[in-house]
Amino acid sequence: MADERVLWCHDLRRSFGGLVAVDGVGFYIDPGETYALLGPNGAGKTTTISMIVGLLDRDGGEIRVAGEPMTTRAVRAKREIGYVPQDLAIYPDLSGRENLMFFARLYGMSTSEARRRSAEVLELTGLSDRARDQTKQYSGGMKRRLNIGIGLLNRPKLLILDEPTVGVDPQSRNAILESVEALSGAGTAVLYTTHYMEEAERLADRIGIIDHGKLIAEGTRQQLVGMVGEGDQVRLTAAGDLTRAAAGLAGRSWVRQAKAADGTIDLVVDDASRELPAILADLTADGLAVSSVQVHEPDLEAVFLHLTGRALRD
Amino acid sequence: MRAALLICVKDLRARLRDRSALLIGIVVPLGLAFIFNGIFSGISGGGTVLNLGVVNADHGLASQQFTSEVLPAVARSGLIAVHPEATLARARALAANGTLEAVIVIPAGFSAQVQANQPAAMQVIGNIDDPVSAQVAESIAESYAADLNRVRLSVATVAAGRGGPALPPAQIQALSARAAAAVEPVAVDDVSAQTKELNQKSFFAAGMAVFFLFFTVQFGVTSLLEERSDGTLARLVAAPIGRASILGGKLLTSFVLGVISMAVLVAATTLLLGASWGNPLGVAVLVVAAILSAIGIMALIATLAKNAEQAANWQSVVAVILGLVGGTFFPVSQAPGILSRLTFIAPQAWFLRGLGDLRAGSISAVWIPALAMLGFAVVTGAVALTRLRHLAEV
Repeated sequence: MADERVLWCHDLRRSFGGLVAVDGVGFYIDPGETYALLGPNGAGKTTTISMIVGLLDRDGGEIRVAGEPMTTRAVRAKREIGYVPQDLAIYPDLSGRENLMFFARLYGMSTSEARRRSAEVLELTGLSDRARDQTKQYSGGMKRRLNIGIGLLNRPKLLILDEPTVGVDPQSRNAILESVEALSGAGTAVLYTTHYMEEAERLADRIGIIDHGKLIAEGTRQQLVGMVGEGDQVRLTAAGDLTRAAAGLAGRSWVRQAKAADGTIDLVVDDASRELPAILADLTADGLAVSSVQVHEPDLEAVFLHLTGRALRD
Repeated sequence: MRAALLICVKDLRARLRDRSALLIGIVVPLGLAFIFNGIFSGISGGGTVLNLGVVNADHGLASQQFTSEVLPAVARSGLIAVHPEATLARARALAANGTLEAVIVIPAGFSAQVQANQPAAMQVIGNIDDPVSAQVAESIAESYAADLNRVRLSVATVAAGRGGPALPPAQIQALSARAAAAVEPVAVDDVSAQTKELNQKSFFAAGMAVFFLFFTVQFGVTSLLEERSDGTLARLVAAPIGRASILGGKLLTSFVLGVISMAVLVAATTLLLGASWGNPLGVAVLVVAAILSAIGIMALIATLAKNAEQAANWQSVVAVILGLVGGTFFPVSQAPGILSRLTFIAPQAWFLRGLGDLRAGSISAVWIPALAMLGFAVVTGAVALTRLRHLAEV
């Protein structure tokens, strides 16, 4: 079964000194499937990715890419992966075309094949007009597109994108998400790490939620949301002792979760339209001045809150 | 190997594009070789002749031989220009105003004193501001005095062995001529101070080339640290190539940069400066050994640093210290005491010594200096390679 998956990993473990960065993580991805690894900064996403692409030796566990065992020296498994690191990984003194040609040749293509594929990727990323310019002259968005383009050069069975939208303007971000959707539609398996809930909800067929190095939940969006029931999420912005007020609300029978942070109180309640007057009354009684109220259906943020007792942004 | 070549070509392209390697590897050492050669030519008189005045107040047999045979022979070597002066006063005046750098004075009665086996002396007048020229003049005079003493000793020995009355002047003259013409039974062929020493142009060409070689090869090994901080190392490690290919590519870049730099400098200083490097095969052996030793040392320094900037700083300090100790700017080997022995802790010293040996002898003379440099390369390279493996981790 493991050999039929594009990616199969089991019980991955990695520590740095006394710090356990990844603790028993395991999941799989099938062809054409997009899997989002969702978690806050420092949850262990990049360490997991680094073991999967062969950058980092693991302390324990097993990884197979297209049936091939992956280690830091596994040349055959690495051939099947397209890797887009979190930080820009392009050579500023080389042109866009030279960057692509170099990596294409490194992946074993002949000169003519590398030239042809580089032209295709330049077209795909919209960089054909600037192909001869040194990349240090590129805008931030163009560099991001080239960074992703390099990951596509070898027509990978598994494309791994490690937080590709961090620090990207909204327009480029949307373009990146569209290209991931297109690749997935074309049959490429995608592993996508992010701490943006909305990206995971939009792209992923399945989502793994990772926190403190452990995969604490996994499934489709519907399956994960189902874990917190049918409750509604209420976010109140207020001034005053929010922690005490949240603790007070947590005692109500119809409040499932209550959390205060950064000037807001996040609640998961059975029925927001029915309970909202009582919530506001409690807060007013506690001396809080409520400035805004937002009501949402349950989402991945609520799932994370439900599973960890913390907001995803913490 | 294919991946290492690709990485090497990529690095060379980037280095040539930012021109830093071109400046450090070729332009600066070539320029400094010209500048130092120009400066030290003016100071040491290299390339100019010593204006030597001669006042012959004797006009006897011995003084005539000195002025008509010895001095013209030295002048033909191009080291001195002889200026006969009629009076001591005029010669002193010319030495005082710098027209003459030194004056040899042969006093009246010099030849008679020599023939009579009595003490005789030549005088040298020097300029206090130019002690080197005075020493050269003294050396010429002392050399001739030594010859005269040898002849006198030969004649005295014959006379003593014969016994009886003193020899007639004609017989003494004949004996003197025979003694002077005799081949010296023991001769010291001084190759250490003369022929093994590089001439000034070659010394500065070779010194600057090997000094900057240690900066040039940095570009290859240090780029591994740059790739790590730039994030591109992660892409290389994630690519389907061995980590040895990445290290090999970086070391190959250093080697190729070193070869290009040294080849251009050897050719340019030969053609433009008139430097004489010696047998091309011997020079090639020394150059390759020097490049490998430079790569080993610079790679080892790079592995001790946390980032590319720190590595570049440390490498520069080590390159300058080794360059100074190794005598690339001035010949430390002639310094007294421990300093002269200390010079051989630097591969640069072995390189320069190898070129000197090559100039004096056959190509086999380069093996010891070359092996010494390869020793540096093997020891430092082995330690560096074990540490470089860790450097290639992301």
